[in-house]
Amino acid sequence: MLHAAYLLPLLPLAGFVALAVIGRRLGDPWAGWIGTAAVAASFVVACIVYAGLLQRSGQGRVFTQVLFSWIPVGGLHVDAALLVDPLSMTMVLFVTGISTLIHLYSIGYMRGDEDYPKFFLYLNLFVASMLLLVLGNNLVFTFVGWEGVGACSYWLISFWFGRESAASAGKKAFIYNRIGDVGFLLAIFLVFSKTGTVVYRGPHGIFAHLSAFGPGARTAVCLLLFLAAAGKSAQFPLFPWLADAMEGPTPVSALIHAATMVTAGVYLMCRINPLLSLSHPAQVVVATVGAVTAFIAATIGCAQDDIKKVLAYSTISQLGYMFLAVGTGAYEAAIFLMVAHAFFKGLLFLGAGSVIHGSHDEQDLKRMGNLRRYMKLTFVTFGVAWLAIAGIPPLSGFWAKGDVLTNAFARFPALWAIGLLTAALTAYYMSRLMALAFYGDDRWRAAVGDRRHAGDPHESPWVMALPLVVLAVLAAAGGLLSLPWHPASVDPLRWLGPVFGSNLYTPRQAASTKWVLSIVDAVVAVAGLAVALRWWVRRPDHPALEPVALQRSWYLDDVFDAAIGRPGHAVARFAAEVVDRVVIDGAVMGVARLTRSAGAGLRKVQTGYVRQYAVGIVFGMVALLVYMAARAGVVH
Amino acid sequence: MTAGTTHGAVVFPFLTLLIVIPAVTALAVAAMPRALGERGQRIAVEAVGTAGSLATLALAIVVAVRFRLHDGGYQMVSRHQWAPSLGVSWHLGIDGISLFLVLLAAVLFPLALLGGRVRRDPRSYVMWLLLLEAGCIGSFVALDLILFFVFFEVTLVPVYFIIAGWGFARRSQAAIKFFVYTFLGSALLLVGIVAVAVVHQRQTGTLTFDLGVLQHTHLGLATQILLFLAFTAAFAVKAPIFPFHTWSPDAYAESPTAGVVVLSAVMAKLGTYGIVRFDLSLFPRAVVDLAPLFLTLGVIGILYGAIVACVQRDLKRLMAYSSLAHIGFIVLGTFALTTQALTGGVLQMVNHGLVTAALFLLIGWIHQRRRSWQTSELRGLQRPAPMMAAAFTVAMMASIGLPGLNGFVSELLILLGTFLTHRWWAVVATTGVVLAALYLLWAYQQAFHGTPRPDAAATRDLTWSEGAVIVPLVALIVFLGVYPKPVLDRITPTVDQLVTHVEQATGTRQPRVATVGSSSASPARTSSPARTSSPARTSSPARTASPARTSSPARTSSTGRMP
Amino acid sequence: MSVDPKFYLALSFALFSIGAVGLLVRRNVLVMFMCVELMLNAANLAFVTFARKLNDVGGQSMVFFVLVVAAAEVVVGLGIVVAIFRRRRGATADDFHLMKG
Repeated sequence: MLHAAYLLPLLPLAGFVALAVIGRRLGDPWAGWIGTAAVAASFVVACIVYAGLLQRSGQGRVFTQVLFSWIPVGGLHVDAALLVDPLSMTMVLFVTGISTLIHLYSIGYMRGDEDYPKFFLYLNLFVASMLLLVLGNNLVFTFVGWEGVGACSYWLISFWFGRESAASAGKKAFIYNRIGDVGFLLAIFLVFSKTGTVVYRGPHGIFAHLSAFGPGARTAVCLLLFLAAAGKSAQFPLFPWLADAMEGPTPVSALIHAATMVTAGVYLMCRINPLLSLSHPAQVVVATVGAVTAFIAATIGCAQDDIKKVLAYSTISQLGYMFLAVGTGAYEAAIFLMVAHAFFKGLLFLGAGSVIHGSHDEQDLKRMGNLRRYMKLTFVTFGVAWLAIAGIPPLSGFWAKGDVLTNAFARFPALWAIGLLTAALTAYYMSRLMALAFYGDDRWRAAVGDRRHAGDPHESPWVMALPLVVLAVLAAAGGLLSLPWHPASVDPLRWLGPVFGSNLYTPRQAASTKWVLSIVDAVVAVAGLAVALRWWVRRPDHPALEPVALQRSWYLDDVFDAAIGRPGHAVARFAAEVVDRVVIDGAVMGVARLTRSAGAGLRKVQTGYVRQYAVGIVFGMVALLVYMAARAGVVH
Repeated sequence: MTAGTTHGAVVFPFLTLLIVIPAVTALAVAAMPRALGERGQRIAVEAVGTAGSLATLALAIVVAVRFRLHDGGYQMVSRHQWAPSLGVSWHLGIDGISLFLVLLAAVLFPLALLGGRVRRDPRSYVMWLLLLEAGCIGSFVALDLILFFVFFEVTLVPVYFIIAGWGFARRSQAAIKFFVYTFLGSALLLVGIVAVAVVHQRQTGTLTFDLGVLQHTHLGLATQILLFLAFTAAFAVKAPIFPFHTWSPDAYAESPTAGVVVLSAVMAKLGTYGIVRFDLSLFPRAVVDLAPLFLTLGVIGILYGAIVACVQRDLKRLMAYSSLAHIGFIVLGTFALTTQALTGGVLQMVNHGLVTAALFLLIGWIHQRRRSWQTSELRGLQRPAPMMAAAFTVAMMASIGLPGLNGFVSELLILLGTFLTHRWWAVVATTGVVLAALYLLWAYQQAFHGTPRPDAAATRDLTWSEGAVIVPLVALIVFLGVYPKPVLDRITPTVDQLVTHVEQATGTRQPRVATVGSSSASPARTSSPARTSSPARTSSPARTASPARTSSPARTSSTGRMP
Repeated sequence: MSVDPKFYLALSFALFSIGAVGLLVRRNVLVMFMCVELMLNAANLAFVTFARKLNDVGGQSMVFFVLVVAAAEVVVGLGIVVAIFRRRRGATADDFHLMKG
């Protein structure tokens, strides 16, 4: 059963190839069904492999499948090999599962698009890359998937490339990711130079050579990989791209920019947990950046008008929570939140897509309102996700976030405080979104009046509705994955134990402390929720609550532009126009010009008068004679 | 004429034929009678030219198939006396380093012929291209310095005429600049070649230009450095290495499509190949001594090329600077002197050739349709020409270094290998990957994204014949990215030998991880026999835990000889 | 009886100087040619003198070379002069600065 692992990435890849070859002939909607079928098949395989893994126990739950030797040079052996262990299987299960749902949703959402087959082509390639990322058994192979998802994200964000903003957003996402990739590459080099291997586990693996790292090298590797993770998972200060990434079609936002790709950074940090646990400074940095990102993004989310932007900043904020957990050493909590987040955030985005779809491509919250009357199913499912992310018990978000905060409270109390504040903000901005979109007056009537296809918002077709329902159930019940009090034997997430082992941080807390913390969480969430509903249901605009600084995301884009963009451009212009053309080419051409002017000077000697040449000869002869005479004189 | 080989047996003269076929085809094309009429002559010329270059390709594939694995030495050697009194011989051989460059040339010339056809005087055009092919392949397989020099120089003439005859507005200026620039370098190369031979003659009494013999000449460090600089001047201009690159934007911009494909994809490799083949063999101590300088030039090339490319508005000029950056990687790989880096460097020559060829062909076709290279004038090409956009995307992503495509493998090897010995150079060079994405994506966005202008809305997509040219390139780009092992397995033994040669001559050593990795105990994972037979390497028992400590900058000093 | 070689050399020097000065001061191409011939023959005289003095036949054989080259030079030179005279009559050497750089 485990040997079917190679099919996991292969099936979506086959879907990609099939769509590349015959996609355009299949067209709408068959191309979509092919794409969905490929991913669904991959999900089935994932279940089979999962079952196979469950048959083993404890430390035996590791399986490496070498596909072929990829880059063998000297002492470097990079295999195309898959590592199946509880951590990667957790990722694989939720990635393939959610991908299947979102593919299904896209069949309806993308209907009628000019490049319909291409959309599924990219999506399939994305799923294949994502699976390589989580299944890779060495850093380099993980990097293949890492870059693959980045490229797919680029293509999908700029899917509607006719729009200038979409094209730019795709480029921006790719470049921010590339900045992180520098860290990834350097980490690979450093690891190889220390251990002579890039494989994670096994007798010749990195984790078997941990003693080869000095304390500095450990921290360096962790921080370099964290740089990569921060790029991919949109952590401070590399997060502006994720908000722009909302230019992509909504299913893309749901799949790539909420549920799967952006969590790759968290996965990577969990993967290297043996190394990370040895470096306290790196852990502090990861946790701090996570908490700070969570807070900053949440504040920005409070002031956005675009429904997808609110969700984007919310994603960044939740990712910050995950890094806070990783930095704390609470890897299971991070994974738990990642899975729960995939459910409710995927649902939120799909719901948002349904809203946008139903209200004729309107994304501005201020021009929605009272949609609950027109889109019942969307409202209900969206509402579940809203309560989940806000942290209202007993939905999944409450448990997952509580898990993170409990650990943070024990290890980094200051960061816990930030996290708690963020939790309040989270409840607040999500409720604001809810209030603006689904409650209040029918503001869209005024806005829509002048449009051509004006009509009442409508509910979406079943292919779009079904994923909403499934995800709603998962978002509600996802908390069962890791309830704090149930015994280890039935705890589905406890099976991650072998991966983290003693690196897992387990706070020694009294049960009463946990109860108190949980209650505090719930109270904070309810408070944020109540405040937001009170303020925003009645009146859609409170300028005081939406300061410009927040609307413009703390001016981070402007700061980047002023600090890097513009000086960089100036340097490049200088290099091209002055250094290259004047200095270097000037030097070369200067030599040429020197030769030329020398020739021009000498040319005047050639008068064409024979007599003058003859004089020259005579003088030359005389000079020669004099010289010879002088020499003769000297010799004598 | 003695038709012998190093192994004593007479072998089929594969390599000689590789040079002769294109040369003879060139003559046949030149002799094509005018009586056929303009149209008839064009068809005949293109048919014969294509057939000749395809025959060369077929032969090159045979050579590749017959190439023995795990053999780092020269194969299919053919050696004949040519001018015995001068010590010049017709000495050809192929090894892991040259094999794939020969293949690259053999693949790209037919594609360039088919993809870059010209209107005016196809007869001379095809003839020059075929002569150029003979010259390039000859340079890659020549093992006699004078023979190499002859081929190296022979390539100049066709390129000059191709640029000057079929180029664009400022072609004659560009052609002259190119010619003078490279010719200056060549003059120094000739002086260097003669000097090496003369020194060797003084030591042994025999005058020879045979590389295999000359590489055992004892040269003082000062002499080595001088001669190294003389050789490298020619190669640095040809490659081009920063700061000898300013001919390339002009020459690339003004060349016709086939010319620029060949110039950037194949001829540029003559320079880097020359460094690997001749500098490393003949002047190992100078190479080690000057490595920091050239690594710095390589890093500057990577960053500088990328930065300048960011503000280019002309696709061809942008590609010229992009090439400068990619050549910088090759330089880095060559002078880092580790197995990984040098293997990556050789692979990068091939990869860069394939990728730039694809991009320049596409750019040429865009120009045919839109009459412009200015990114500002090409908007929204992706809508009317999706196949072209797809091909461009693949090549661009390979150039950026996306894993799964060929560029990544070589860049990873180069950077990783460099990191082992020259950490900070590698760190700085790695930031170049961000810049590559910056300018290429920007250019792509300008040219392909956005809404097409009304007159561009009907731009034709790739035709079948263009597809037939670009598909093999894309296939190779993907294949070499997914499964580079066959190529690496053939390059590595030769590179190993070369690195060992340099190490023995200088007393330096690459870090142990580079050769044995993490698992020296496992027999399946030990390195090749040539490697472990080196006494210096077997002396330490197992992988030491501190390989990085041996890679301190002091390693580069040639004074640190091993006892 | 033998004449002191000094006199031959003096004569040679005198002839050469006359030829050289004539070449420099005259403008008529034909006269300049004659001056060149004078100089060449002065050199010949010196060759022969030394050949006799040093008893080395090399100098004499050199004279033959000079004579042959001089004859060839005159043929080419006069041919050029005639060609030029056909195009523009009565030209002096100064009129021929077509080779000005």
